[in-house]
Amino acid sequence: MSPSAGGATTTDASLTNPPVESRTRALASMYATLMRTSVIEQFQYRAAAYFYMIGMVVEPVIYLVVWSTIARSQGGSVEGFTPGTFAAYYIVWMLVRNVNIVFTPFGWEWRIKEGNFAGQLLKPVHPIHYDLGYFAGSKLVVIVLWLPIAGALSLAFHPSLYPTLLQGVVFFFAIWGAYLIRSLVLWALGLITFWTTRVSAIYEAYFLAELLLSGRLVPMQLMPEWAQNLSWAFPFRWTFAFPITALTGPITERELLEGLCMQAVWIAVGTLLVALVWKRAVARFSSVGG
Amino acid sequence: MAARDPHRTGAVRLAATFLRIGVMNEVQYRINFFIQLVQSLLTIATGLVALSLVFAHTDELAGWTRPQLLAVMGVFTMVGGLIRSVIQPNMQRVVEDVREGRLDFALTKPADAQVLVSVRDVRFWQLTDFLVGLVVLVVALVQIGGSLSARDVAVFAGVLLVGLVAVYCFWLLLASASFWLVRMNEVQELFDGVYRAGQYPVGIYPGWLKYGLTFLVPLAFAITVPSEAVTGRLTWQAVAVAAGSAVVLIVLSRWCWQRGLRRYGGASS
Repeated sequence: MSPSAGGATTTDASLTNPPVESRTRALASMYATLMRTSVIEQFQYRAAAYFYMIGMVVEPVIYLVVWSTIARSQGGSVEGFTPGTFAAYYIVWMLVRNVNIVFTPFGWEWRIKEGNFAGQLLKPVHPIHYDLGYFAGSKLVVIVLWLPIAGALSLAFHPSLYPTLLQGVVFFFAIWGAYLIRSLVLWALGLITFWTTRVSAIYEAYFLAELLLSGRLVPMQLMPEWAQNLSWAFPFRWTFAFPITALTGPITERELLEGLCMQAVWIAVGTLLVALVWKRAVARFSSVGG
Repeated sequence: MAARDPHRTGAVRLAATFLRIGVMNEVQYRINFFIQLVQSLLTIATGLVALSLVFAHTDELAGWTRPQLLAVMGVFTMVGGLIRSVIQPNMQRVVEDVREGRLDFALTKPADAQVLVSVRDVRFWQLTDFLVGLVVLVVALVQIGGSLSARDVAVFAGVLLVGLVAVYCFWLLLASASFWLVRMNEVQELFDGVYRAGQYPVGIYPGWLKYGLTFLVPLAFAITVPSEAVTGRLTWQAVAVAAGSAVVLIVLSRWCWQRGLRRYGGASS
């Protein structure tokens, strides 16, 4: 990338056999570069990014309108949720959902078919780092774009949102935890494409389970008891319900800690899954094209 | 749909030919029928779960009973299937062709360009949504009870057609925007996102959103008005507004399409 060839040669030489701490530093600087690139790219297509976000606003607004209508018709609240707390839930939902969007498992078919994945394999770092860095960068733009939308929705729906400082701090970590869990699990899931391309039904079923057991459709408290219990077996609720309620409440300090621990567990499981499946998947890979 | 085209018989024959080719193309891949069917069933299952959650906490939603909302969901699924099988694939191809500079191939053919680009692609198997939606609608109508006369069915079909024309014109407007804006990849996500709002009658939304979903994105005409027709809620004012808006949209989208074409320059050698 650098036009000065002399400078580039010295950097290359020091990278051929780097000690551990400088490898970590190289990875960190790779992430910084990927994120910067992604931010620049997202800002270049501001209109497209906003189109995308407006499409995304509609889903939570539907849920919000439906459930606040119900709350009002039931004398002001459903299971403790008032129109105001529903508004807080679904406006924060938007941010969590947008941070949650990662490389889709449907994208693997395109990656493999186009054959442009082969180049990634030649690079000395695991290809997941490229996706993690790139998408994390785009999130910074998403957060900036979300602020005015959240402002407008707040004027329209009057959320009641009073987080404590601790809730705010946990929320900050929880949205990135959710991002990591979803990135890892969906990446591992996407790798099924290396075995078969008839995967869409599997993914659709996965996203349906996620929709119902994550707190995306409705806050967990509105689900039947058995569904709430069942949700403990899956990563879903730690990527939606937990980060959202971490900020909106009601949530105890114990639940905040519990949630962060469960996120850590699922990040570990996801990492393990990616490592195991990737090794087998890449062994099956053969490139197409010239 | 292309009623304003001078070569009218040509347009119909052209559409029929492309439809036949499209169907022949798709029936080669019979397994896709089952894949699509599974997806349609999963989608409808999601909607049914959402409905049952709603009605676990209330008896009616803004004056609509459970079977009536089920009817809305049936119409929503049917219309979604029709849009994804005949409208959306064509319009997305226009967006792609403009970006890649391949629209020349359509423009140089001896037919009206708007007609040609509107009938080139048919996703036959997406009609599984139409079938599943129809089943849901029939179940809902049985639950509602009462009887539908032949006139009710005809009115339903009529307003449904008007709504589809409105959606087609809206998509043509979006596709024409690609003559001005380079990157339109997200436009489909935008439409899909907004389309979901149609699974409930637009009357439940606050004013600004209700009018947006009626006049900005014509979902009210495509889903809510036909649903009103089968649940005995239809007023003649609604039909008149739907028909009037469709006419305005036909003229407006045709005009924008032709303005856009004038800006178009091929990209290849």
